Amino acid sequence: MIETQDLSKQFHDFMAVDGVNLSVQSGEILALLGQNGAGKTTTVRMLTALLHPSRGWARVAGYDVVKNGHDVRASVGVLTEQHGLYMRMTAIEYLDFFGQVYSLSPSARRARSDNLLEYFGLAEASRRRIGEYSKGMRQKLALARAMMHDPGVLLLDEPTSAMDPESARLVRDEIARLKSTRRTIVICSHNLTEVEALADKIAIIYRGRILLMGTLDELKNQVLGAAEYEVKFAEAWNSAGLELPKDVELLSQTPTSLKVRVRRPEEMNPQILNALSAKSAPVMAFQQEARTLEQVYLKVMADAKGNGHVQ
Amino acid sequence: MFSKLKLVWLVAGRELRDQFRDWRVLAPMMILTLCFPFLMNEFAKQTVDFLNQYNANLILERLVPFSIMIIGFFPITVSLIVALESFVGEKERGTIEPILSAPIDDWQLYFGKLLVGVATPLLASYLSIGLYLIMVSRQQLEMPPTPVMIQLFLLTTAHAFLMVSAAIVISVQSTSVKAANLLASFIVIPVAILMQGEAVMLFWGNEQVLWLAVAGVMIIAVLLIRVGIAHFEREYLLGREIDVINLRWIWRTFWSNFRGDAASLGSWYWNVLGSAFRRILPAVFFAALIAGVSLWMGYDWIMKNTSEVIAHASPEDLKAVEGRLRELPDLSSIRDHISAPFLFLNNTRAVALIFLAGLFSFSVLGILLYMVNIGLIGGIFALLQLLGVSPWPIFLAGVVPHGVFEIPALMIGSAVVLYFGAAIVTPQTGKSMGEVILELLADWAKIFIGLVVPLLLIAAVIEAYITPGLLLNLLAS
Repeated sequence: MIETQDLSKQFHDFMAVDGVNLSVQSGEILALLGQNGAGKTTTVRMLTALLHPSRGWARVAGYDVVKNGHDVRASVGVLTEQHGLYMRMTAIEYLDFFGQVYSLSPSARRARSDNLLEYFGLAEASRRRIGEYSKGMRQKLALARAMMHDPGVLLLDEPTSAMDPESARLVRDEIARLKSTRRTIVICSHNLTEVEALADKIAIIYRGRILLMGTLDELKNQVLGAAEYEVKFAEAWNSAGLELPKDVELLSQTPTSLKVRVRRPEEMNPQILNALSAKSAPVMAFQQEARTLEQVYLKVMADAKGNGHVQ
Repeated sequence: MFSKLKLVWLVAGRELRDQFRDWRVLAPMMILTLCFPFLMNEFAKQTVDFLNQYNANLILERLVPFSIMIIGFFPITVSLIVALESFVGEKERGTIEPILSAPIDDWQLYFGKLLVGVATPLLASYLSIGLYLIMVSRQQLEMPPTPVMIQLFLLTTAHAFLMVSAAIVISVQSTSVKAANLLASFIVIPVAILMQGEAVMLFWGNEQVLWLAVAGVMIIAVLLIRVGIAHFEREYLLGREIDVINLRWIWRTFWSNFRGDAASLGSWYWNVLGSAFRRILPAVFFAALIAGVSLWMGYDWIMKNTSEVIAHASPEDLKAVEGRLRELPDLSSIRDHISAPFLFLNNTRAVALIFLAGLFSFSVLGILLYMVNIGLIGGIFALLQLLGVSPWPIFLAGVVPHGVFEIPALMIGSAVVLYFGAAIVTPQTGKSMGEVILELLADWAKIFIGLVVPLLLIAAVIEAYITPGLLLNLLAS
């Protein structure tokens, strides 16, 4: 549904996006992570056919962003960095306006806007001027606008920013539901917990280039190394004579615990447990050490800045 | 087509609703619409009373049309405010991106904004004129004749379109509302001058010239709309954030286009200038066609109007002309005064003037100057015929030797101006308006320096040192 090859954008002397290759299928969510000014918004704008690539190409929903800009825009729902609402309109008028822009019939417009306003809890305020809305309400309405024409591709820039936890949860649930209906979704976000919860693939962008892309597990393995596990004992236990499998690396050891690094956990973990059981170890817990996307992101950024160059 | 126009109306309708909900737009419009006719009426009454003391009936007759023009103009000034912020205002408020990301074509968005910029102020303007006319009729003042009323109606409409189309071009190209407002003086000053000229025409009662003014304003408004659409780039609306005059970039863009990839003067002439010349070739053919038409027009005008001019001229004037004609064959004195540098500078200045006039009028004024220059040759040809002199020998001896260089130089110099005007109203994908203008300036500079100047130089030398001799020989024989 979204495919790019060597996608690049140069503004005069500044390379905003440099050789981005993406492939996002139906039912997949790709998260773009990066600092402000890393090139996320420029990438999204190229995918919306708002900016012409300086190099490379992109196809969105089967359309070329340069040759078929109009078709691309008709197939995509965009939540922009700034919500971009008309403050003197009411929510109903606003959604109806965009429904007309997307050529929806009057009945479809009414049904769709009623559903979206109801879902996002804006039904009661639907006849109030948008200027009177809170930040979170505005963000929800902007999201409703992006979904108004039920697009096959959604490009969401900071979808839950300025929202209270309850609303943010609502939006995350909606994004997850949309994913299950085979939509292609790209999210630009600084909210790493949200990305961890939603994204199938994550791309980390730095100075216009993708430093790293893959599933969360792939990124963790690549950046933080193999998974680490901790074994906790119910009482002090002497581990002398314990023979761990060959691919398991012992990291640390105390009388009540030991820490190991495992490359192929699905294969090795049962063997570790067998070895412990054979020595009658009083195992109380066997758990993976928490490794977050934040750790991955910060490490990648630190490496990139430290190297002074990328890739 | 209807569904496409529906989107234009949709964009305009939304903006109109917005406008009618904003007292800051409505209040001045209401005041200008409702109060100004009364003020103008009071002013007219006072003026009538004052002028009646001196029996200045002619001025009184013209006062009503003049008042209508002024009353119609004031509500239109609001259109400038609305149009100036149409795109850049949305950009500043952050509302432009969702609409640009929607499946609306550039022209639909553009015409939607244009429509809304023109509609409300024009409606207010017509309403204001209507109110004033009611007051005029109730005071038994003389109503302007129907043709003048039609002219005033069209002039008011043309002013609105001119101002709004120019304001939207500024709005699309500006980076902030502040910058757009500052640039508004480029609209206000020419329109103020234009209005003064039109007011003079109204007082003179020169209807023909007023019709020309209506047509001219309309043509420029249409060209401005064309320029606006041609250079409407979603990318530039989103991309540029700050106003900086980047002199280095300006020079680099100009120089790289001027120099091209030439390694030597020869390759510059052959490749860079050659390719620029090939680009303007259709315009050269067109300029040749215009030259033919201008020659004929100059010839025809003199042939048809000279007798009438002579009939209306006073005996003193005719005597003076006769005296000057007697002096004409004495070319020896002219020969001493007209030097090659003088002729060269004079002709170069003429070509540069054509360029400058064309630069600020989408080539219209430049081409008019070119037509006058060429038309003069046709006129002189006709004059010689009327004087009973065979024009061909004089033409062959006095014009052809240097004309074979000078006329092509003038033609090529004007063709670039024509090309400039056509190129600026043509969409150029992936280029900003600034880039397009710099490239066109570089093209003009290439052709002017590389082709026009050398041709004019040769022509000046021939005209100063060879043509007078040939003419003297001819006259002596």
